[in-house]
Amino acid sequence: MIRLEKRPQPSQLWTYLTPVLAVVVTMVLGGVLFAFMGKAPLEAIRTIFWDPIFGEFAFYYRPELLKKAAPLILIAIGLSFGFRAGIWNIGAEGQYIIGAICGAGVALAFYPTEARWLIFPLMIVAGILGGLIWALIPALLKVYFRTNEILVSLMLVYVAEVLIKAFSVGLMRNPEGMGFPGSRNLRQYPAAANLELIANTGIHWGVITAVFAVIVAQVFFARHQFGFNVRLAGQSPRAATFAGVDPSRLVIICMCISGGLAGLAGLYEVAGPSGQILGSFPAYYGFTAIIVAFLGRLNPIGILLAGLLLALTYIGGDAASSSMNLPAAAIQVFQGMLLFSLLSLDVLTNYRIRLKKAQVA
Amino acid sequence: MDINPILLLAAIMVASTPILLAAIGELVVERAGVLNLGVEGMMITGAVCGFIVAHSTGSATVGFIGAAVGGALVSTLFAVMVIFLMTNQVATGLALTLFGVGLAALMGQSYVAEGQIIVPKAPIPGLSEIPVLGPILFRHDLVVYLSVALVVLVWLFLTRSRAGLILRAIGENAEAAHALGHPVRLVRFLAVMFGGACAGLGGAYVSLVRVPQWIDNITAGAGWIALAIVVFASWRPGRLIIGAYLFGGVTALQLNIQATGLAIPVEYLSMSPYIATIIVLVALSAGRAPGSLGKPFHASS
Amino acid sequence: MKRRTLLATGAAAAAAAAFGLPARAQDKTKVGFIYVGPINDGGWTQHHHHSAMEMVEHFGDAVEFVYQESVPEGPDAERAITQMALGGADIIFTTSFGYMDPTINVASKFPNVKFEHATGYKTADNVSVYSARFYEGRAVQGTLAGHMTKTNTIGYIASVPIPEVVRGINSAYLHAKKVNPDVEFKIIWIFEWLNPAKEADAAKALIEQGCDVILQHTDSTAPHAAAKEAGNVYTFGQAADMAEYAPMPRISSIIDEWAPYYIDRVQAVMDGTWTTTNTWDGIGAGMVGIGEISDVVPAEVKAEAEALRDAIAAGEYHPFTGPINKQDGTPWLAEGEVADDGTLAGMNFYIEGVSGDIPS
Repeated sequence: MIRLEKRPQPSQLWTYLTPVLAVVVTMVLGGVLFAFMGKAPLEAIRTIFWDPIFGEFAFYYRPELLKKAAPLILIAIGLSFGFRAGIWNIGAEGQYIIGAICGAGVALAFYPTEARWLIFPLMIVAGILGGLIWALIPALLKVYFRTNEILVSLMLVYVAEVLIKAFSVGLMRNPEGMGFPGSRNLRQYPAAANLELIANTGIHWGVITAVFAVIVAQVFFARHQFGFNVRLAGQSPRAATFAGVDPSRLVIICMCISGGLAGLAGLYEVAGPSGQILGSFPAYYGFTAIIVAFLGRLNPIGILLAGLLLALTYIGGDAASSSMNLPAAAIQVFQGMLLFSLLSLDVLTNYRIRLKKAQVA
Repeated sequence: MDINPILLLAAIMVASTPILLAAIGELVVERAGVLNLGVEGMMITGAVCGFIVAHSTGSATVGFIGAAVGGALVSTLFAVMVIFLMTNQVATGLALTLFGVGLAALMGQSYVAEGQIIVPKAPIPGLSEIPVLGPILFRHDLVVYLSVALVVLVWLFLTRSRAGLILRAIGENAEAAHALGHPVRLVRFLAVMFGGACAGLGGAYVSLVRVPQWIDNITAGAGWIALAIVVFASWRPGRLIIGAYLFGGVTALQLNIQATGLAIPVEYLSMSPYIATIIVLVALSAGRAPGSLGKPFHASS
Repeated sequence: MKRRTLLATGAAAAAAAAFGLPARAQDKTKVGFIYVGPINDGGWTQHHHHSAMEMVEHFGDAVEFVYQESVPEGPDAERAITQMALGGADIIFTTSFGYMDPTINVASKFPNVKFEHATGYKTADNVSVYSARFYEGRAVQGTLAGHMTKTNTIGYIASVPIPEVVRGINSAYLHAKKVNPDVEFKIIWIFEWLNPAKEADAAKALIEQGCDVILQHTDSTAPHAAAKEAGNVYTFGQAADMAEYAPMPRISSIIDEWAPYYIDRVQAVMDGTWTTTNTWDGIGAGMVGIGEISDVVPAEVKAEAEALRDAIAAGEYHPFTGPINKQDGTPWLAEGEVADDGTLAGMNFYIEGVSGDIPS
């Protein structure tokens, strides 16, 4: 009989080994899937994992990788604070959308202005505040009414989705857009645009902020008292209370951090790669970031790598879908497999597998 | 205003059936302390399995059975990971949705735009002749009755049976239940499979009755609404029916209001159920979530 | 810096040369398509794909065909288009309105690649736009609907509030009213192009409110299934012929026929005669097809509808010919006056007699 025995400490070796193993397992399973569909498995795997980084057109894909990963990383870093403390904000998607709406709203309200020094910082503040307020709703309800933050934050995602859809055909519709849905394109509005800072590198303000967030989070968790409190609250709420951690304050702070960063990610996206408030703006980043946070083991460096890995499967997957005529659905299944194996194999980090004879427990 | 309330209420019953089915399954899962956010993935798997089976056999009944099996099978993936490998439930559930939506699209590729299987209406003799109530309640197909019956059965199970009591105890405090010798993992596994089967049935109701055809992404977010309804109902089967019909009702009502030409900003109306859910959550903050909802359980011996 | 000049000059051939790849065989023209939905969505994307396949069949080995399905509108679209251009495509068709800005952006980086954007309005030296005058087909549908309704109540399932959809409603209403002065329209907006469950619910709501003819500007066959169940309701195919529901409830259809255009444009690339164009074709040019009018329609009604179709095709009749007032009663077109394309392209008002508001 197979038994799992909890390790006293997560295994260092397996922490590094499991992600690699998971990717290998996924490649094998995915290869079988692709072969089953009559596609060359090795070519598909190479197109997804290798070509975007080292292939013929890597000069184009590498910057795209950064652009795609930045919002995922930024949101996931924010979420990791709460997740470590046992505070489950799963409404980052909604906070991301509201951040975009608020940031774009500021830009559009001042249209057309050339005062970038004023507008862009203002947009950043609005984006952060938008996401923060959207996250503060479940936080305050949890503190004062003990409602479940998982569910409230999830409900608010739907509300945000309705709002952005309605705004894209109503309040924020581009008056010069020939009656089509969608706001003005912020990329064509120099004062508000979040463009590449160095041409063809993919580096925009969102990428820089994401890297910065990783570093700050790393320092916080490693050295700062707050990082310690967060961890303690997650591991043992009672011990945290004895240590003088105010749980209500912790809820509010963690939700604000995750909401603010999600809102910020939304703002950078709407002013940059996306450009417009559109019904199709919500691209599941907020939910994907939850997965990124867990794949990264809630560790800032881990999140950085997990974000890049997921971005790679998106970009490589699209490439495979186009160059090999793989159905988009097959790529989705492949990504699902990757997530499953990454999550499952994590068991090796925290548990030891023991084979032993069945006996009376 | 020329909305016929009888027809509207009857339509709401039909429109609400998929979410009611998925929600009653998820309710049991959550009462056992497991949060499965993959309802959408299981629903759409059920939708495609139901359609394929019904098509190959020519029988809608077999189709629904196939849907339940398909939904349950895909849910075992989640169950194994969450219960035995102790993965995070939130992340695993989200992954399940991603996987399920892709899998269903892949499976259904050669069934798109295939003809429909007729699911006959089954008016209940006698009852269907009652004025007003008859057309609203008793002139539907069997699945509509089944969905309501299932809610009643779940209610009886949870409140009147010993097994239901154990399931709730496990949901409230898995460690304590384990200490008392209850099979935490087995119960949770079965609960997740029941949830998968119900979600599968709900999905098949969309692809076999409500639309009826197979198209990618046909459930279009119904699974997420089912999650909302469970919360709205504060984990009680009786309120679940109200919640499902309220959610389904707002959708049907906003379409009807539009047709009458009334000037109501309907796009905002469609977010009202979610806000109502939050208000209910706050108002019923005493009727809280099962104690160990979402927490992993490891039997340390 | 090599990388930068690469994107600046843009040509994929240059990229190939710079990376020492074997030069692509120049005798094949590489044609790319970007789709917003899966290729079997039964509606919009399926018909673009279908037309693309007809084009491929027409040219045979002379073209190499690539496509990418389910590309979301936004940054992912820009990457998908760039990917195709880098991959050596000579001409790329982007088949959804939301690809407009991404298409323009990518086009500026690849001056030697031709781009064709469906239903947009922004052109460039290497970007053309094309769209179909679906409102011409709506005139035929309106005529049929006005004759066929017994309750004088016609339902209209509208998708996203954009000028194309508003034009369709106006055109259908105008021609229904012409043959049946008592006719009334009930309009439901579902804010999506394809959502079978919602379309089914909308159709049911319309039927319950007394509509016995349903027009749809959404892509699924769900409304047909609902109509079939109700028994005495007529419907029209949208984008595809939806002939599987003929002769009842589906009595005719508007079919998107992009193939002649695709063949034409790819030929122009091969010949080196491609220039920027702004195409807006209708029944006459074969871009809008009217599906077979089924036999449940009385012969004289069918003849009338076909005569209207032919008059529009021949350019003898314009569906928006005055006198027409706007919804609020202010005059729009005087007696005999014909709507200009500019107004039609941006149409954001109902005509007199249509009730309700366009959502905004």
